[in-house]
Amino acid sequence: MTLDEISIIAVYSAMAVYAIAFIAYSIDLARRSAASTQATDAASAGTSDAAGADLAGSEREPALQGATASAPASAAGSAGGTTAAPPRAGRGAGAARRGASAAPSVDYGRSPSLRVAVAMTVIAWALHLAATVLRGVAASRVPWANMYEFALTGTLVITTVFLVVLLIAKTDLRFLGTFVTGLVLVLLGIATVNFYVSVVPLPPALQSVWLVIHVFVATSAVGFFALGFALSVVQLMQSRREAIVATADSVKKSFLATLPDSTALENLAYRVNIIGFILWTFTLMAGAIWAEKAWGRYWGWDTKEVWTFIIWVVYAGYIHARATRGWRGSRSAWLAIIGFSAVLFNFTVVNLFFKGLHAYSGL
Amino acid sequence: MVSSRRSEAERADAASARDTGVDPLRPADYDDGTAGPAASVTAPKLGPLEWLRFAWRQLTSMRTALLLLLLLAIAAVPGSLVPQRSSDPNGVVQYFADNPDLAPVLDSFQMFDVYTSVWFSAIYLLLFVSLIGCIIPRTKHHLEALRARPPKTPARLSRLSAYTERELDGGADDAADAAADAETAIASASTELKKAGYRVERYDQRGVPSVSAERGYLRETGNLVFHTALVGVLVTVAIGGGFGFSGQRVIVEGQSFVNTLAAYDSFNPGRFFDDGRLTPYRLTLDELDAVYETENTDALGQPIDFTAHVTIDGPDGSAERDVKVNEPLYEYGTDVYLLGNGYAPTITVRDPDGEVIFTDSVPFLPQDANLTSIGVIKVPDGLDEQIGMVGFFYPTQSTLSTGAYTSTYPDLVFPVLTLNVYSGDLGIDDGTPRSVYQLDTSGMEQLTGGQTGVDSVELMPGESTELPNGLGTVEFATATPDAAGDDFSQSVPRFASFDVHHDPSQVWVLVFALLILGGLLLSLFVPRRRMWVKAVTRPDGRVVLEYAGLARGDDPGLERAVEEFADRHAGPRPRSDDPVVE
Ligand code: HEM
Repeated sequence: MTLDEISIIAVYSAMAVYAIAFIAYSIDLARRSAASTQATDAASAGTSDAAGADLAGSEREPALQGATASAPASAAGSAGGTTAAPPRAGRGAGAARRGASAAPSVDYGRSPSLRVAVAMTVIAWALHLAATVLRGVAASRVPWANMYEFALTGTLVITTVFLVVLLIAKTDLRFLGTFVTGLVLVLLGIATVNFYVSVVPLPPALQSVWLVIHVFVATSAVGFFALGFALSVVQLMQSRREAIVATADSVKKSFLATLPDSTALENLAYRVNIIGFILWTFTLMAGAIWAEKAWGRYWGWDTKEVWTFIIWVVYAGYIHARATRGWRGSRSAWLAIIGFSAVLFNFTVVNLFFKGLHAYSGL
Repeated sequence: MVSSRRSEAERADAASARDTGVDPLRPADYDDGTAGPAASVTAPKLGPLEWLRFAWRQLTSMRTALLLLLLLAIAAVPGSLVPQRSSDPNGVVQYFADNPDLAPVLDSFQMFDVYTSVWFSAIYLLLFVSLIGCIIPRTKHHLEALRARPPKTPARLSRLSAYTERELDGGADDAADAAADAETAIASASTELKKAGYRVERYDQRGVPSVSAERGYLRETGNLVFHTALVGVLVTVAIGGGFGFSGQRVIVEGQSFVNTLAAYDSFNPGRFFDDGRLTPYRLTLDELDAVYETENTDALGQPIDFTAHVTIDGPDGSAERDVKVNEPLYEYGTDVYLLGNGYAPTITVRDPDGEVIFTDSVPFLPQDANLTSIGVIKVPDGLDEQIGMVGFFYPTQSTLSTGAYTSTYPDLVFPVLTLNVYSGDLGIDDGTPRSVYQLDTSGMEQLTGGQTGVDSVELMPGESTELPNGLGTVEFATATPDAAGDDFSQSVPRFASFDVHHDPSQVWVLVFALLILGGLLLSLFVPRRRMWVKAVTRPDGRVVLEYAGLARGDDPGLERAVEEFADRHAGPRPRSDDPVVE
């Protein structure tokens, strides 16, 4: 068996484990909906203590925005739990300003399925890493020189960023696992079925240190953008829920009730996205330096360059929007979503169907 | 949940804490999430001057900048959908051929020159006017802010979102003692804050000593550097690019070219380019090495390496150099790039008397990965009629099931040249410029190949044959006449196509790009924050140190920073009365 064949087996195993993780994350989301339903029903029955959430007991699930179990009752704004400082979300008065209108959140306690899901993600990640490294060893070069390898490494980076963020973030972001494992699974599936090419040597135009730097940084940026995208999507869902929560009972029963409020999500999304943006800025510059070496000009509006530029400008717009009155909040979130859509478009449609100098899909 | 009443008070205090200091100047519609409710935007009655000022304020507002940024992104899209004259001129020609009705319409909207079009330029120029209008006042303001004092300590620190307190132990016996303790504590806080990079200012209000500190001016500096460097890139590209040139030249092995205007196959000078500045060095292509994959069965024939071995003769003497893809050569102020290569079969045509009327190594343009190549031979003189030949060259010839020839490998294993011969008028006598890679057959009669019923001329290196109609002979010379009969590996010379560039703006673009990156890092990651420490004597005689912080812009680490500073300065708080702070 060749190294590449072992690598493929590892990819398929990783996909299987990702699938298990995905299911476990989904079960967790379902449990969250159940928990908020319970809390809502209990609250309307008059027992304010129903969700079984006591602040001290939930070490891993910080009650974001300081809401407590009595939350639904305090929808009007005079919350009981003032002890809890608005933690990570707390952008001082800003959080308070928006917080006043925020929907109450339900504390949801421990979740065994979530723990299983994270463990499975780690195992899948290890298999995925092994697959990628083996592919690199099989080719005796960095494993990101054609579409299949971009996808392999790119999805690995997405999972890695997710796991690292889980480790260092103060907020519990495990709820994003459904999205992350789902995205990785779909992309890996497309890559193995449609993009696979056997190991072939590098064409002269790719024989450069810039392949190592430029492509890797671009891939990392995508990892951050993916997470930022997920956060922005949840932020939009959350703020929609916050807008109607006072009137509609059904939305109180959503899994969203157990998640951070939209301001906290926005801040998190922003932080993740600006890291992506800086990496993308570097990608663009490194690409220009490489283009200068390989093609004799640093910028030529080649299709891939155009889309890299468009993505950069969209995310610059996103950062601006967050500092523009009337655009902070949901509108800027839409820009982050458009930005990531452009990233995916750039990776798939532009690579496969657009003509240009960057013809390195290997297909 | 923070109650709304509390948050209002907090907001008011936060506002007062903010207003006392010198904030970065921002457009009126700037919102960093810490501001109070939006000021109502009612337009007062305006005179002409006010109108101008109003228009200018609109142009330099955040909203306009955002709008223009988004417009710029959208405007860039069509250039990726339709081929551009700048990057893909042949694609444009093809597009016109394929879409004869649509193409002229698109052309009238400058769709084939998107990035130099009026509308694209208008967007980015407006954006940059807005940008300049934005950064000039901000820079002025920031320079003043750099010399200003940190703001006065707010009256009630406990209302700020990041707040903690520590009791000053030491059990002061009387008021004077307590005051002295307070004074010492604030003095040491002041020193420590200064050490931590804060700019500090002491404020003592009604006998309550306090220190006000501010840090993170670099955030605004970074932001200004970032935006200014954007302007820098645009200006250098616009102006600096005008002083450069780019030229292309094809050179066959053994031949050379001298860096003068006339020697280029094509030449694009910048607006301000002066051709007197070309150093006339000579570049000789000694050999072009092409290495193809021979072992990996999944990639047979895939290129592994191209190296052009060249000799440079110039004012500084003679030197042997290599040019590779990704490794350009830098000589006499020009960059030389190896952009392409192919075969240049040596073809000799003799008239019926055996006189040589044409001999040359003619570059054939590669058409596919296995280097099936097409070239054109024009013989204007020496015969009664001009003749032209369209040649197909197959480095490793093989026959498809349809009978057509193809090349199955890019290197010279079984090289075959076929020629379709035309006679008549080449159309070059009236001085009309014609591409050397194209034959205009409109005034010519085809003698071999195609519909003529006469087989195309077919030659391998070293062979020659009769031309039809007794026109003479044509020979495909081999470069290695002494090689074994089946060794063709060096039999056909190769050519390299070089791009030669000079771009004086390049270095500056790089410098500004680095400033952009550096500015970005500073402005996004340096937290700008204010911190206050106040020693308050409570009614019961205890002296309590109050610590508070205020974020200016995005600052995820504020609470932690305040807590950690308090810990460092006064020791960890006793655990019992811990409020829930993560
Ligand atoms: C060429 C177009 C522009 C681009 C690509 C651009 C890009 C950016 C980026 C990436 C940031 C975030 C990094 C930082 O804070 O330094 C930013 C921030 C900012 N930009 Fe621009 N910008 C442009 C034009 C403008 C214009 C015209 C204005 C003035 C109206 C402006 C005002 C600002 C302000 C005030 C911030 C700070 C935002 C904050 O505090 O979060 N920019 N810009």
